[in-house]
Amino acid sequence: MEKAIVTRDLTKRYGKARGITNLNLSVEKGECFGFIGPNGAGKSTTIRTLLGLIKKTSGEAKVFGWDIEKEKTAILQEVGYLPAEAVFYSGMKVKDVIKLSADLRKKDCSPEAAVLCERLQLDVTRKVEELSFGNRKKVAIVCALQSNPSLLILDEPTGGLDPLMQKEFFDIVGERNKKGTTVFLSSHILSEVQQNCGRAAIIREGEVIACDSVEALAKTNAKRISLCGSVDLTGLSGIKDLRTMGQNMSFLYNGEMNGLLKRLAEGNVQDLGIAEPNLEEIFMHYYEKGGEA
Amino acid sequence: MTVTKHELKRGKMSFFIWTGAIAFMLAVCVFLFPEMKGEMEEISDTFSSMGSFTEAFGMDKLSFGTLLGYYAIECGNVLGLGGAMFAALTAAGMLCKEEREKTAEFLLTHPLSRGRIVTEKLCGLLLQIVALNLIVCVITIGSMTAIGEEIPWKEMSLLHSAFFLLQVEMAGICFGISAFLRKGSIGIGLGMAGILYLTNIIANITESVEFLKNITPFGYCDGATIIADGKLDGGKIAIGMVFCIIGIGAAYIKYIQKDIQ
Repeated sequence: MEKAIVTRDLTKRYGKARGITNLNLSVEKGECFGFIGPNGAGKSTTIRTLLGLIKKTSGEAKVFGWDIEKEKTAILQEVGYLPAEAVFYSGMKVKDVIKLSADLRKKDCSPEAAVLCERLQLDVTRKVEELSFGNRKKVAIVCALQSNPSLLILDEPTGGLDPLMQKEFFDIVGERNKKGTTVFLSSHILSEVQQNCGRAAIIREGEVIACDSVEALAKTNAKRISLCGSVDLTGLSGIKDLRTMGQNMSFLYNGEMNGLLKRLAEGNVQDLGIAEPNLEEIFMHYYEKGGEA
Repeated sequence: MTVTKHELKRGKMSFFIWTGAIAFMLAVCVFLFPEMKGEMEEISDTFSSMGSFTEAFGMDKLSFGTLLGYYAIECGNVLGLGGAMFAALTAAGMLCKEEREKTAEFLLTHPLSRGRIVTEKLCGLLLQIVALNLIVCVITIGSMTAIGEEIPWKEMSLLHSAFFLLQVEMAGICFGISAFLRKGSIGIGLGMAGILYLTNIIANITESVEFLKNITPFGYCDGATIIADGKLDGGKIAIGMVFCIIGIGAAYIKYIQKDIQ
């Protein structure tokens, strides 16, 4: 089956500055794929290269089997892009911007646009320059989704949206995904990726350092231990991120389990919790350890 | 032609201000003519004996006492400089304003090739120039009719064609420059129009640099020469159109490859 996105050794340099280096990605059709990394890691550079806003330095990339440079227009016909920072032509009303976007795609998207505006509670009669950051984001969401694209590229999509709107937005994206739309979600908010994506890639300093299912990425030998009471942990190896607050204690543990249980038994434990660490904690590991989880 | 339509809408205000100002000033000049006609003999004598100044504005070859002579000089200043500034300013901002105003990401992530965007923007630019010239022509001819003067059709069409070509050349060059810019197009647009206008004045005054008339589009818009010759200078226009085509070609080549920030 044709992949939605494939990149092979995709590289973009800005003069001597790094953009992305030998990036290899493979996104299946119909999946919701997360792209995680801190600011400046190369997430936006990757997206901008895929969309043809900037030229690759080397390597190759295809979207739905089309070459990103030679068949850019065909790709853009199938892609709905939500930028991190949405800017529109000043002086235009929201409805005119939405109509312009549809006209540029040579499609009549008005029924879908009306549904989206209703769900996102967007006032289409206002001028774009009067809108808050969050409301501008909603305009961008409508522009990206109204044509029912086969691939949604979302760059930090929830910035500026309140929690209720974030939920509504992800509900819409989830519905689209169920109908077969491929979603490429770039974010530094890990919970967002963990809740919505099946697979994810982690990017650091322009390179993909891990790519797997979200469960596999979140799965390590480490456990998050939380306890209430007093335990002597001195000399026990494999403890990370130790936080104590009064009698409460929390830490990541990837040492020998028997050793820990012995210490716990010797101490005075009133309450104990052993849980899988969340993606956020794993993510911090990738960055702390220079890519080796 | 969505982008062309969009450009025309966006440029509406600037277009009406420039067209209105140029047409209004030309109409005022024409309406002032009957009143000044009587005093023109004297003025003509004065203007034709001001040495370099007279040569700079071509007043040594034309008489201020006739509508044609009066209009050719006024037209040269108002429509020549005004039209050139409008064309240069609009063209210099045409491609780079998307990056300056950060709307490039919106426009360029829609399914249009860069070449198509350049073509549609170029069409928008040329349509504005054509419309400006048509409106100005209609208002000028209307004003001439209103003051009861006979309209010198041939000379008028030659003059206005020359100014139209000047604006097209200026637009082509500045359109090319626009593809290389990310901001600061206003200074470049006004600067280009000003420099080329002054180049022509210098070439008028100083014989040793008369060749500069071949470089500046104002060189083929000299009302006095056009009326005296009864035709346009094909050679100078051809050179001008080569510059124009180079500008447009550069715009395509650069913009298609450009990294958008």
